[in-house]
Amino acid sequence: MTLTTLLFNSRHHRLTTAQIMLLVLLACIPGIAAMVIFFGAGVLINIIWLVLCALALEAAVLSIRHKPVTASLFDFSAAVTALLLALSLPPAAPWWLGLTGIFFAIVVAKHLYGGLGYNPFNPAMVGYAVLLIAYPLEMTRWLFPETATHQLPALMTLVDQFLGFAPASMDAFVGATALDQFKLDRGGLTIEEYWTGNPLFGRLSGTGWEWINAGFLIGGLYLLYRRIITWHIPVAVLGAMGMLALVFYDGGSSASHGSPFFHLFGGAAMFGAFFIATDPVSGPATNQAKLIYGLLIGILIYSIRIWGAYPDGVAFAVLLANFAAPAMDYFVRLQQNGSSHGQ
Amino acid sequence: MPLSKSESSSITPQTRDIVSQGLWSNNAALVQLLGLCPLLAVSNSVVNAAGLGLATIGVLLGSNGIVSLSRHRLTPAIRLPIFVLIIATFTTCAELLLRAFAIELYQALGIFIPLIVTNCTILGRAESFASKNALGPSLLDGLMTGLGFAAVLLVLGMLRELAGTGAVFANIDRLLPFAGNWTLQVASGYKPFLLAILPPGAFLFMGGLIALKNILDKKRANPSPVKQQPTPGKRVRVTG
Repeated sequence: MTLTTLLFNSRHHRLTTAQIMLLVLLACIPGIAAMVIFFGAGVLINIIWLVLCALALEAAVLSIRHKPVTASLFDFSAAVTALLLALSLPPAAPWWLGLTGIFFAIVVAKHLYGGLGYNPFNPAMVGYAVLLIAYPLEMTRWLFPETATHQLPALMTLVDQFLGFAPASMDAFVGATALDQFKLDRGGLTIEEYWTGNPLFGRLSGTGWEWINAGFLIGGLYLLYRRIITWHIPVAVLGAMGMLALVFYDGGSSASHGSPFFHLFGGAAMFGAFFIATDPVSGPATNQAKLIYGLLIGILIYSIRIWGAYPDGVAFAVLLANFAAPAMDYFVRLQQNGSSHGQ
Repeated sequence: MPLSKSESSSITPQTRDIVSQGLWSNNAALVQLLGLCPLLAVSNSVVNAAGLGLATIGVLLGSNGIVSLSRHRLTPAIRLPIFVLIIATFTTCAELLLRAFAIELYQALGIFIPLIVTNCTILGRAESFASKNALGPSLLDGLMTGLGFAAVLLVLGMLRELAGTGAVFANIDRLLPFAGNWTLQVASGYKPFLLAILPPGAFLFMGGLIALKNILDKKRANPSPVKQQPTPGKRVRVTG
């Protein structure tokens, strides 16, 4: 109820929370498809396992809190949280990794703060941040995307990995992502020298990642078209990242921090801008505040990628901006009320 | 005979009150939320928690005793600086003792030993209790408040070390020289939940402990809500 009122100003027709969540799930399909093509069935294992865990945890917490279980379970908000977290996890994650993450997302970040509509932080990103800090090794072991030089592991190897047996053959398939390599392992080469012949890099950005980002861009545009989200946050996030990347591009020299395309179509940029930062509960409500909020997230993502300790920074950028969102709304409203009063 | 009789009859209820307030109903860490800085920073292992807990108990005992003895000579205007001086003296004693007998623990605790001076629990007890009461009750109050604080430290340290490393009592010989390798490995295939021994873990587990205490209090109060009115904890507001 709070979610729908937050999402829709009076000029829109009302959709129920369940309908909105189903549209978000639908909009993720192109991105998921691209992820499955390049990273294999591990992505789907993550999604199925996390959705199951999320529904079970949601039902358990709701019954402990003496709330109606079925009605809240079928608004699909827990499923969307699970999907967003599952897409952020490495595609060959053991079962306990996903379970820990979704526990912190659903139980701690969502229900301990009052449940749907009351959480000050994005639950999926809380889960992700907890995992990244608690299990840095497991969280940075991504599969290599499927290319001529790299194969994906067989399904049974993935299942073994998921069950926690950690098969030794996995080591051949996992390593750093394109963003990670680009940041830590440049060796003073210019971008062209470094990219040529490196199977991790494609035309614009990391191999596979450019298509995954394109998929999430399509899904995000669909959400815009259906007016589930407004343009302010994604445009501000991507605009800030693109502008900063342009300033520090340096023509692709050995000191370059990567082209705007590399950053906008690398890592979790599109996914973060359209699906994570636009969460209506933990973000601001006024349009002006949304622009500031998006700019802050974009600047933080780029800063963490370039000058921070982590290869990508969507989760930390969004969580930090979540802190500031109520203050942004407050000052925007104060300013608007003040000026209308004066006239 | 009459002396002991009057003593026992007058002290017993107050003693019981001091014990229950210090240990549970007005617990420095769980209810007053004082001394959180060292509590959160040092409770990442059992040995660190025990070391700081012992040092805090010692300083509390000493400062409560001296403050209580000198309470008639202190002018109200300068009482706080005097309290801090007294507490700082005992903190220095604790620091030197740790340095002499447990150098490794002293090094592990680092700045948090001198920072016992700024632990608001100690200043709070000096101001709200020791400066108004006789030596005996003040010493008891210091001991009970310290024990309550140390107990929370120990539980927190145990939970965090267990979750964060999968073992408890690592390096316990830093505190107890006679102890050998008492490290208790709980589960063999356990992946350490690193967050627990990092600062965010301290806040998470502390929040959990406070919630647990509130649940227990609620459960205890609920069966007979009319009979026993829970005494509101005397909160002493000290910042820092």
